[in-house]
Amino acid sequence: MVPTQYYLILSAILFGLGAVAFVVKRNIITLFMSIELMLNAVNLAFVAFSQARGKLDGQVFVLFVIVVAAAEAAVGLGIIILTARNRRSLNVERVDLLKL
Amino acid sequence: MNPALIVFFVLAALSVIGALSLILQKHPIHSALSLIVVMVSLAGLYLSMGAEFVAAVQIIVYGGAIMVLFVFVIMLLNAGEEEHTDFSKLAKFGGLPLALALTGLLAAAMIHHAGSVPNPANPDALASTSSISMMLFSTFVYPFELTSFLILIAIMGALVLAQREKT
Amino acid sequence: MNAVSSFLAQSGGFWILTMIKIALLLFIVLTVNAYLTWFERKVVALMQSRVGPHRVGPHGLLQPAADGLKFLFKEDVMPGGVDKFVYLLAPFLALTLALASLAVIPFGPNPLPFKFFGHQIDLWITNPDIGLLVLFSITALGVYGVALAGWASNSKYPLLGGLRSSAQMVSYELSMTMSVVGVLLMANSFSLTDIISEQDSSRWGLLGWNIFTLHGGFPQIVGFLCFFISAIAETNRVPFDLPEAESELVAGFHTEYSSFKFAMFFIAEYTSMITVSSLCAILFFGGWNSPFPATPFWQFAHYIPSLILIPFGLWIIYDGVKYETIFGKLILPGIGTAITALGAVLIIFPAVNEYIQGPFWLLSKIFFFLFFYVWARGTLPRLRYDQLMNIGWKLLLPVSIANVIITAGFVLFRGAP
Repeated sequence: MVPTQYYLILSAILFGLGAVAFVVKRNIITLFMSIELMLNAVNLAFVAFSQARGKLDGQVFVLFVIVVAAAEAAVGLGIIILTARNRRSLNVERVDLLKL
Repeated sequence: MNPALIVFFVLAALSVIGALSLILQKHPIHSALSLIVVMVSLAGLYLSMGAEFVAAVQIIVYGGAIMVLFVFVIMLLNAGEEEHTDFSKLAKFGGLPLALALTGLLAAAMIHHAGSVPNPANPDALASTSSISMMLFSTFVYPFELTSFLILIAIMGALVLAQREKT
Repeated sequence: MNAVSSFLAQSGGFWILTMIKIALLLFIVLTVNAYLTWFERKVVALMQSRVGPHRVGPHGLLQPAADGLKFLFKEDVMPGGVDKFVYLLAPFLALTLALASLAVIPFGPNPLPFKFFGHQIDLWITNPDIGLLVLFSITALGVYGVALAGWASNSKYPLLGGLRSSAQMVSYELSMTMSVVGVLLMANSFSLTDIISEQDSSRWGLLGWNIFTLHGGFPQIVGFLCFFISAIAETNRVPFDLPEAESELVAGFHTEYSSFKFAMFFIAEYTSMITVSSLCAILFFGGWNSPFPATPFWQFAHYIPSLILIPFGLWIIYDGVKYETIFGKLILPGIGTAITALGAVLIIFPAVNEYIQGPFWLLSKIFFFLFFYVWARGTLPRLRYDQLMNIGWKLLLPVSIANVIITAGFVLFRGAP
């Protein structure tokens, strides 16, 4: 049997790595992927707690988080495509003017 | 060292290696592939916790749809390797230690309060799909209907964003 | 799969048994793949009034072996400027995922009568509670093989072919999964063995299958058609094979792949054909249930395997004795004798006959669907890409969703079978 806190520490590590990736990387798409990594880390914590408490609420919430992440990815990637076409670069530091 | 612990460590190591690879790779497509590795190993972890439906949904939706979308966008925009500019010294020398401090704080908080997190009373329980769906349609029916609206709005948003300019 | 720890704590005999089953299944499936290419070439040729392969062995039977040798000995060209890791990963991914989906397909209801060191030998590798979801997960991941192959080739035509092909696969995945929901509503379980047992044909025979369901639920004819059409599109076969057609996009996403890597894509495509055919047979056509009811009147139906095998074997012997080459004169009668002997064994030993009924019906249904695939290839013209996407989104998806709603209504009022 794996103690719940092992899962929680793994979730914290993944969340921290996602935060590091968000801060360090400069490609818009990679930033978006680091957000997805953070969401996944949170999902892991939810499922771990759901197993610990023996109730299924955590797993149902994970389904909702996955759905919201999907909707966000769709719209966000649409915005990224438009921004990249306008600025002709995927570097997030080039989008630094108030006027596009 | 029971077998469940070995499975946990293998899958956890795989996910951490995938996450590290996401940070360290230069080309976005390699980062996307590393993220897929992370998601599949997380699905394995869900399976080992008895959440089989969530594991399947994770692979089908996250790994099979969302990441495919990412890979498509990387291919369509012809994203190349990351260029090195000078802007990011603040991010590298300020942001990195802060993010690591965040991780350390979270982990320390969890270890400190380890007593209040219960260990699973029944680690061998398997969450059947029918019990999840019962809960989804009785207790959580309102968020369920709201997420269907959310998806509809997201579809419309993506359609509007993808329209060609009328020039 | 039971709980993880008790699963992993099984003794070594279980793991050895699983490894043996996997090796046997891989060997059988790869051989079937090879002879499926022969079968396809022969059938398409006969439909086009020509002969097909008939030089390499008796009736061209050694053609797959010759093709395999050719693939092994061809020069392996890696174009310049490709992303090496992704270029090498894509065919491995495609092949691994296609072969992995065979692990959850059950081939027969009863375990073998002898035991392997105390472990029961079932006729499947694994039977998880979410068997169907596992298959869909693997199908969902299969898009990557195509997309990454197209992108990694560093060339226009493969990129276009890969993008189109993966967009097509993602679109038809939706209607494929929705068309199966009707079956799931009636069976109340994701496990493939449960779905087959629910299509109990002991009273009504053929009519108990999910496509007709006389005893509850709603006949899944529309669901079956949606599933089969979506599956043909999902496996990139004619009439949906624009992304890999020769006259359109050179060869689509596998243009820049040579020799063994191309063979891997090829094997992956045919293996996914086999998987989809077995899914059709299992979900809609009763799996291993015989089309005849199990009443005493229909008892003669138990001799149908022998009735098919013995004349077939005799015909092969007759054909082989008159064959031109000496090799044909030796091999063909040998094969024919083996098949006739098998049919005779089935008549002589009724216990073996009873055992072989389930797998025989399942394999013959799979064979029928594979023939249907090849028939579609020989007959239908190719769809244009916009027509293809129109059908996927505007026709099949609404129809499969309507099928779900109607089936749900019928299950509510009539009761699940």
